Amino acid sequence: MSNQNSQEDMYASSRETTEGRVYSVTGGDWDSLVTEIGQTKEERVVVNMGPQHPSTHGVLRLVLELEGETITEARAGIGYLHTGIEKNTEYRTWTQGVTFVTRMDYLAPLFNEAAYCLGVEKLLGITNDIPERASVIRVMMMELNRISSHMVALGTGALELGALSPMIFAFREREMVLDIFELVSGLRMNMAYIRPGGVAQDLPAGAVTKIRETVKTLRKNFKDNEKLLVGNTIWMKRTKDIGYLDLAGCITLGVTGPVLRSTGMPWDLRKTQPYSGYENYDFDVITTDTCDVYGRFLIRMQELEQSLRIIEQACDKLDQLEGAPVMVADKKIAWPAQLSVGGDGMGNSLNHIREIMGESMEALIHHFKLVTEGFRVPAGQVYSAVESPRGETGVHLVSDGGTHPYRMHFREPSFNNLQSTAAMAEGGMIADVIGAVASIDPVMGGVDR
Amino acid sequence: MSEQTGMFGVHGSGDTSGFGGLVRSAVSTGSTERPYGGYFDDIADDLERAYPEFNDAIERVVVDRGELTLHVKREKLFDVAMKLRDTESLRFELCLGVNGVHYPSDAGRELHAVYPLLSMTHNRRIRLEVSVPDVDPHIPSLVEVWAGNNWHERETFDMFGIIFDGHPGLTRILMPDDWPGHPQRKDYPLGGISIEYKGATVPAPSERRSYN
Repeated sequence: MSNQNSQEDMYASSRETTEGRVYSVTGGDWDSLVTEIGQTKEERVVVNMGPQHPSTHGVLRLVLELEGETITEARAGIGYLHTGIEKNTEYRTWTQGVTFVTRMDYLAPLFNEAAYCLGVEKLLGITNDIPERASVIRVMMMELNRISSHMVALGTGALELGALSPMIFAFREREMVLDIFELVSGLRMNMAYIRPGGVAQDLPAGAVTKIRETVKTLRKNFKDNEKLLVGNTIWMKRTKDIGYLDLAGCITLGVTGPVLRSTGMPWDLRKTQPYSGYENYDFDVITTDTCDVYGRFLIRMQELEQSLRIIEQACDKLDQLEGAPVMVADKKIAWPAQLSVGGDGMGNSLNHIREIMGESMEALIHHFKLVTEGFRVPAGQVYSAVESPRGETGVHLVSDGGTHPYRMHFREPSFNNLQSTAAMAEGGMIADVIGAVASIDPVMGGVDR
Repeated sequence: MSEQTGMFGVHGSGDTSGFGGLVRSAVSTGSTERPYGGYFDDIADDLERAYPEFNDAIERVVVDRGELTLHVKREKLFDVAMKLRDTESLRFELCLGVNGVHYPSDAGRELHAVYPLLSMTHNRRIRLEVSVPDVDPHIPSLVEVWAGNNWHERETFDMFGIIFDGHPGLTRILMPDDWPGHPQRKDYPLGGISIEYKGATVPAPSERRSYN
């Protein structure tokens, strides 16, 4: 009996049962503990939100210091998804690099590819040699990607604030865009479709018609989506004046994209520093002046329509450029093979195989050398940037004249913008930090790389 | 940088292409002489006016592929950054972070830090570059100038071991806090850790085959 007494726990009473001793933590001295806490003047509590919290957009850890329900200090902990992509590309050819960078910000793979390829092309000095059809396809694919990315931002953003239906609709729309990606590149995500010098392969037959139909459907569906949230009283109460960050805050923190445009600043690289021929498209830069979550939500909503406009114009251009090349003419750089769909799925085009195996020894050598060793890029460094759905995606590329990057660094908008969590959340309620983070729309694959 | 032979940089394999006989010396981008072209001359003039110590602070000016790079001495980096941000005719109000590059063969200047700057007012871009020796990897922090550089400097410290003096909390950001070494340095192997699996050892990726 004395032996059993020694197992008594002062915080949990116990009793014997047929299955063994059962401890119960109810009662005990919790009442006195609670009274004690209530008497201290300090009421600050530190709470870890994440890294496995359903509302933090992936593996993001937020360390929140609370006073009651008010956040006095917010810190973001990242790095849980670091995969060393930048280091890896130093051991791969310039073309293989595309396959790595597409996996950084996995919701906007085409923007990573475009930024990277524009950088490689700048290093090679072939920026003006990219065929027009390739540039138009790039623009069209990027704008489709902007839609699919914004659909996730809006859908999960609403879901995290408790609105389930918008997420269902948003993912329905996103699927339509992913279907087009599958039709064009064979893959729904991480497609490595944009390559240095052009795009991996031309659009398959009927793709433009399918895209036009999808644009019509999307335009109609977006109107329905708008009715769910725009002006919705509950949604307004959760987002209006929440996550406030004004222009001065955005600039000093280097924040770009919809968050910057929600302060009334019409900064969009597609307009201010056009690339891939964006100057030839008619579209508007959407801004609001509310500096809050609702403003960012409205911007994303309206950018969908602008993307649709650009896609339609791209479709018209593609009709005129039917049959034009989609890869730079320089055989020392151009990826030798064009893929095509055969009886057993996507693969090397049979015409190309006929040429290298039966007709031209030089073509075979080129194919072999370019695929196994890659092309050389003259020494130097460049910075190239595109306007991704989250802001400025910049690439700093350094070449030592070799067949693989000497150093590649991505200036990821998610990484940079996530710093503003503290500025948006501190002084607000704990429930509003969810909305603030959702309005930044960070993708942890991009943050951690 | 070094002289290169062949078309594709691979040696020791049978030369089937005929390109193996090519010899090229890689172009080293030395200093660029004036005129720099475009708005680069205006930037240099305005900075010189606003910052009398220009010639002392700027080691080299490089214009390459339509981009302007100012190589700044680290002692002067903070002052130059302030001038670039605050001078009305320059107004580089946005810094797009900092990136490290490791050149082990560049004796005495092994570690480089590269700052891309953007002026929204004038719609211009330039780049600052600072180089420091491996044995004394200290660079003044620019968090006071551009608060958004906070995480970028932490990442560059994490990956290269460059110490940014005056940073409010220079800790690792992507790698675990107790990680040994700085992974983006050239002497740090890819993968780095050999994996043991059921008694057989799988070498680190960098050891498996040659990629140069």
